[in-house]
Amino acid sequence: MPPRVNQLGLSRNEYKGRPSTLCPGCGHDSISNQIISIAYEMGIEQHNFIKVSGIGCSSKTPAYFLGGSHGFNALHGRMPSVVTGALLANKDLSCIAVSGDGDSGSIGMGQFKHVIRRNVPFVYIIENNGVYGLTKGQFSATADEGQFLKYYGLNEMPPIDLALEAVISGASFVARSFSGDAKQVQALLQAALRHHGTAVLDIISPCVTFNNAETSTKSYPYGKDNEVPLHEIEILAPDYVHAKEEIEVGDYEAGDIIDVEMHDGSFIRLKKLDNDHDPRNRRMAIDVLEQSLREQIFSTGLIYYEEPRPTLADTEDLVSTPLARLDEGSLRPSKEAFEGLMRGLMAG
Amino acid sequence: MAINVQSKPKVHTREPVINDFAFSVATKNGSGSQTSNNVLVMSLFRMGIPVNGKNLFPSNIKGLPTWYTIRASKDGYTARKAITEIVVAYNDGTATEDVANLPPGGVCITTDKIARVIKQRDDISYYEIPVAALMKQTDVPSAFRKLVENMTYVGAVAKLFDIPLDLIYDVLLSNFKGKEKPAKMNHDVIKLAYDWTAENIEKTDPYRFERMDGTSGKIMMTGNDAGALGAVFGGVNVVAWYPITPSTSFVDGIISFRHLRQNENKENTIAIVQAEDELAAAGIITGAGWAGSRALTSTSGPGISLMAEFAGLAYFAEVPAVFWNITRMGPSTGLPTRTSQGDLLFTHFLGHGDSRQLCLLPGNLKEAFEFGWKSFDLAEALQSPVFVISDLDLGMNNWLSDPFDYPDQPIDRGKVLNAAQLQSFIDEHGKWGRYMDVDGDGVPYRTVPGTNHPFSAYFARGTGHDVMATYSERSDDWVENMHRLSLKMDTAREMLPQPIIENSSGSDIGIVTFGTNEDAVREARDWLANDGIQTDYLRVRALPIASAVGDFIHSHKSVFVIENNFDGQLNQLLHIESPEDISHVRSLALGDGLPMTPSWIYENLKEQEG
Repeated sequence: MPPRVNQLGLSRNEYKGRPSTLCPGCGHDSISNQIISIAYEMGIEQHNFIKVSGIGCSSKTPAYFLGGSHGFNALHGRMPSVVTGALLANKDLSCIAVSGDGDSGSIGMGQFKHVIRRNVPFVYIIENNGVYGLTKGQFSATADEGQFLKYYGLNEMPPIDLALEAVISGASFVARSFSGDAKQVQALLQAALRHHGTAVLDIISPCVTFNNAETSTKSYPYGKDNEVPLHEIEILAPDYVHAKEEIEVGDYEAGDIIDVEMHDGSFIRLKKLDNDHDPRNRRMAIDVLEQSLREQIFSTGLIYYEEPRPTLADTEDLVSTPLARLDEGSLRPSKEAFEGLMRGLMAG
Repeated sequence: MAINVQSKPKVHTREPVINDFAFSVATKNGSGSQTSNNVLVMSLFRMGIPVNGKNLFPSNIKGLPTWYTIRASKDGYTARKAITEIVVAYNDGTATEDVANLPPGGVCITTDKIARVIKQRDDISYYEIPVAALMKQTDVPSAFRKLVENMTYVGAVAKLFDIPLDLIYDVLLSNFKGKEKPAKMNHDVIKLAYDWTAENIEKTDPYRFERMDGTSGKIMMTGNDAGALGAVFGGVNVVAWYPITPSTSFVDGIISFRHLRQNENKENTIAIVQAEDELAAAGIITGAGWAGSRALTSTSGPGISLMAEFAGLAYFAEVPAVFWNITRMGPSTGLPTRTSQGDLLFTHFLGHGDSRQLCLLPGNLKEAFEFGWKSFDLAEALQSPVFVISDLDLGMNNWLSDPFDYPDQPIDRGKVLNAAQLQSFIDEHGKWGRYMDVDGDGVPYRTVPGTNHPFSAYFARGTGHDVMATYSERSDDWVENMHRLSLKMDTAREMLPQPIIENSSGSDIGIVTFGTNEDAVREARDWLANDGIQTDYLRVRALPIASAVGDFIHSHKSVFVIENNFDGQLNQLLHIESPEDISHVRSLALGDGLPMTPSWIYENLKEQEG
């Protein structure tokens, strides 16, 4: 039987990268798999995508998905600046970037917040495991207060919540998920890819080697037992005919559905669970994150969404052709203009 | 108004000195003296007199002492003079020292208030201007009064040394972009001081200006503006930067010339991002260069320090990008507004691992423009970061120059493959790999994101890749890569701007220098020639050093390397690069925070040569 193919006639395999070299069972590999699945299902053209990362276990993963896309494994904590430059050079490109909690929460905190401030349109995935893997098990800035690790003892510092930092910095799309929740990760990825601004996905992604004890809130056992989704998520593509009366609500009351309209005409449909979270409400988003942090509730889902403000390329007021594709006529003013300028500078 | 009694002239009958003397204007920072000084320099320029203006200023916005030196030279020498014949002593804090520095027969123009405490010499002329009394006669609004007060010395200088008032008005109009109101307000003060000087001061010095034909067809500009204009004509697309003296005005220049590259709808082809720090600025241009645009940052030593990691990454990932380093003293506080050539070795070896960055070393305004555009062609042709090392003296001061030349070659994007070219490459070579060297020059072929071909993608990283850009920790892969990068350096040596050589004297003495020392060296060589000491000359214009530099060194018995840093960094580099003994190559280095002077070179070279 021939392999199943998408609208471009490509099989899922053609969205893969090189084999992973991470530890078997690593949460990051699961996220790479969801990226591959979503790219395949959405039928993305890989040559129009770039994948960029910093340094760390998470930052190795762009080599393991979208083999047909240009990739750049940059510097520790500095992925956001490379993405900024690449997307200014060619604003027609889409970008999936991968970072970790050390990469974004410590060394790269400045770049993390400033790329959000500039509203560079890309998917910013943080694969968050609370620990430095490649250097063998130091606490990261997102580790739980009071946690104990074999080599580094007790962590007495409170964690930094990167989703909260993203909301505070002005991100227009902030979500938290769990790499063990494939369905939710896929739905959020799909929404993030359709977003016209910086979309931050803070995905708790367990480190099976250094931080997977049941007592850690970044572990598989903890996530599986304690994840509290804020809602069920479904993405309705732009070609979906949006008619309220046709909504298949199932067990839901009409008022328990939130349809968030996105920039490209698609909708994020949120089906209410046992809470009242509305991601369009910034105050609620901050409250739910602060409460989760305080009471150690593993809330996941779309935390915050707003209609994106202009992207960096918009505020730069750039020509429609990507800068990288401009020809000589657009790159060099004429000799006449030059000579006029020189004459204006002369003594007489 | 009280008529001031001028000191009795001590020197009555001296030959007039025309268009060949220097001023030092001593004021306080933030007092508006920059406009006054620019007006003087531009007026002399329009009188046809070769002139320079150098701002020796403190790291401060208001209050600290600042000096501006103006040198007029009928013979076209525009290096800084160590001693100026005339001082405008308008800063009470430094006036005593300023007067002490004058040569016998010099001139001190000062305020009546300061004059009371500094009339310690009887071998110079003192001219006192009653600034406060004159300002009382004006109708300048009080908000501007302090700022235009310095125009009183412009008026006195104009009268004393013969600068026409109508010409000054034209310069003021240009300075205020055609706005008559501020031009007139300033001109009124100048005229008042001019008339007062005419009536009350008896000129006792021999100095004066006279119109001549030494600047027609020439331009004046700062090196930062020239480099910025060059970048705009070189097709810069993405500028990322962080404010730092003395490079800030480089980006200001790009902003002011950005309109030259707008389309008919006033949309930009140059994106300009003020980043959160220099590290991010370097990351932005690395990303932009990788994605196929012409990207630039401008910074100074402290910023270069932060950019080191990206510079190394871009070197090994082979990403084109242009970094301007407008060098200054450093680090941290103290001398950030003083010029220096102290970043040569640091910049050339920037990055960890075995990296040697390509550096261009402009020595004058024309080269600042030329390297401004050429740096992009070189960065893309060699797929590498290119550092243009200028300095504060060139960057922030007004320099006299012939007009620039429009780029004499079309834009060179280097070995970039589009989809069709990639297919042809694969047809010819069987496959394409990002780091394959099929031409034998060490420079591979690259693709940029967005190229619609199934094999166009590659994964960029620092170390640890094979010719296919696949992750590799194999020693042989890396050694092979380093051999290719060495070959690329050799290609660069001959592709980069070649040294300027004057080799006609048949002398055994060679002088080697780089950058902005050129004018001081040229003048010192003329003085030496007057003493019967002939010298040959070479100015290095790029690193890695071209083979012609070695030839020059070996064809002279005695070689002096003149540079504006303390450790003699170019001299060190020559010794590193030379396989043979070159103990006849000696360092003449002075890093004192000031532009090089001919007198220092002349005296030290004579002493060494004995």
